[in-house]
Amino acid sequence: MREITYAEAVREALRQAMEADDRVFLIGEDVGVYGGAFGVSAGLVDQFGTERIIDTPISEAGIAGAITGAAMTGMRPVGEIQFMDFVTLSMEQLVLQAAKIRYMFGGKATVPFVLRMPGGAGTGAAAQHSESLESWFVHVPGLKVVAPSTPYDAKGLLLAAIQDDNPVIFVEHKLLYKQKGPVPEEMYTIPLGQSNVVRQGQHLTVVATSVMVSRALEAGMQLAEEGIELEVIDPRTLKPMDCGPIVESVKKTGRLLVVHEAVRTGGFGGEIVASVAESEAFDYLEAPIRRLAARDIPVPYNKKLEAAMIPQIEDIVAEARRLVKGEY
Amino acid sequence: MSDLNNRLSPAAGTDAALREIKPEILERMLEQMMTIRAFEEKAEELYALGKVHGTMHLSIGQEATAVGASNALRETDYLLNHHRGHGHLIAWGSDVNKMMAEFLGKETGYCRGRGGSMHIADVSKNNLGANGIVAGGLPLAVGVGLSIKMRKTDQVVMVIFGDGATNEGAFHESLNMASIWDLPVVYLLENNQYAMSMSVKRAFKIERLSDRACAYGIPGVTVDGNDPIAVYQAVSEAAERARRREGPTLVESVTYRWRGHSKSDRQAYRTREEVKEWMARDPIPTFGARLGKSEEEMARLRAEAVKRIEEAVAFAEASPEPDVSTIEDGVYA
Repeated sequence: MREITYAEAVREALRQAMEADDRVFLIGEDVGVYGGAFGVSAGLVDQFGTERIIDTPISEAGIAGAITGAAMTGMRPVGEIQFMDFVTLSMEQLVLQAAKIRYMFGGKATVPFVLRMPGGAGTGAAAQHSESLESWFVHVPGLKVVAPSTPYDAKGLLLAAIQDDNPVIFVEHKLLYKQKGPVPEEMYTIPLGQSNVVRQGQHLTVVATSVMVSRALEAGMQLAEEGIELEVIDPRTLKPMDCGPIVESVKKTGRLLVVHEAVRTGGFGGEIVASVAESEAFDYLEAPIRRLAARDIPVPYNKKLEAAMIPQIEDIVAEARRLVKGEY
Repeated sequence: MSDLNNRLSPAAGTDAALREIKPEILERMLEQMMTIRAFEEKAEELYALGKVHGTMHLSIGQEATAVGASNALRETDYLLNHHRGHGHLIAWGSDVNKMMAEFLGKETGYCRGRGGSMHIADVSKNNLGANGIVAGGLPLAVGVGLSIKMRKTDQVVMVIFGDGATNEGAFHESLNMASIWDLPVVYLLENNQYAMSMSVKRAFKIERLSDRACAYGIPGVTVDGNDPIAVYQAVSEAAERARRREGPTLVESVTYRWRGHSKSDRQAYRTREEVKEWMARDPIPTFGARLGKSEEEMARLRAEAVKRIEEAVAFAEASPEPDVSTIEDGVYA
């Protein structure tokens, strides 16, 4: 199959969705001739014009309001927040308007939008351009939260998110934009709310999200040489989360390690751990459940410090080995 | 109040303007003002009787702004309004039975008892909802305006917000975006003089809040918000401009909130004299007199409004509460 990058996969999904449905448009800062801060929307304005690829002033609350109001009145907008950090400026519109409108109005309004935003560190962008804030949105009823880890998932999940009748927060990752992978040329969707077992193994279940999925897979390759087989699961959709495959996996392996890039305290990992602890898999546990997450600090600028803050492949290898060997 | 006339845009609400409005619209506006007053007084009474679970924000004294604005628009236009919104909704043509049922938290209410007084919406009638967040509706108006422009219809969206909202950051983002894209938005700034306890005199360095329009390169007008004709005229002109795709307008409607902010307000921030002075300018008898209504006619209209609201209360009280088994309905589509 043809291989394209994650950024190209997102762009292809946008292009195909806009070709298929006049109600779909893209709105955000520098998404037009500039092509988006990470080049995701490059060239789309040439095909669709400035009426459907809309450059906005620096107005994140305005962008969130624009997609919400347009979604309520018959459109299916896709918004872009240039860096996930800047979504803090949109929070009122997302949390108190978009997420609540349907319920608050007795189920009689529909808000079908997607708000895309790149999160994550690793680019030396320091504390205000490197956040992983997905668990903020997971905490808000009415929103869905998606975090694709591969080009294939990025395209299929984005197309599904655009077709979904709810507000969807679509968390991309800066480090993944240039990563290549096989992606079908035709339109396809990956249903929201389906976990993906990306590697099978019998010794330890590793639940990883976003950029941590590829790190967990690399750790799995290294550990396989020692005879340790990881089962790696990518939830893909954080809300609603599909916990079934995770529970089944833990029943098989008896061990669970959760890996994410967001800071540890209040991170999404806690939700996975709690869901497993509450489930029938509890009786199958042979070791404590562990989390690997970023340290509870703002993202530092220095390359060494930045890397030390966030789980790396060797951290996953070491933690997985300890768990399987009972050295905790 | 004495300085109000200095701030008003010239020629708004003149008798000549009145003669241009169809008589049935004038009659409807007066009736709606009566209905709003009756609804609000009943809401206050129900609250005092302990029949209301939540809070309420009464718009007594502001009826002229509500009816003047809504009647200037078409049924196909959109409305976004704010927490003190009962009056706007009645003027929009909402069913007072469903409003009262929502106020009492009943399943038959506009939002099935999930929204309450502050969040009444009727999307099927293009009423996109009252907003409990100050300035919360302003960014939404950009999206609605964008949607209208992209769907190429001749609709307009009116967003009603208060003087408090005018000092939120969302006000700036919204007016800027709507103006650079010439969106069909009517910004109705309902200046009732107080953001809770914060007087406009303390919260603004400018006297005419509509002067802010010049920062966005759009027209800004200030009208007497106690005169439905002046409001009707200003909103009509703003709507026409929007339909011509010439962009948004900021209309400031200067009125006064007779009651406290919400249920618990000792009103220590203003004098009784000031309140009395505005109550003497009651928009309802003033408008009635302008339409040449006799005392008897006014009394009859008032009695009819009270009866409508009594019926709404009866409907609401006889309605069922939501079933707890439906509590999770409508979180997701």
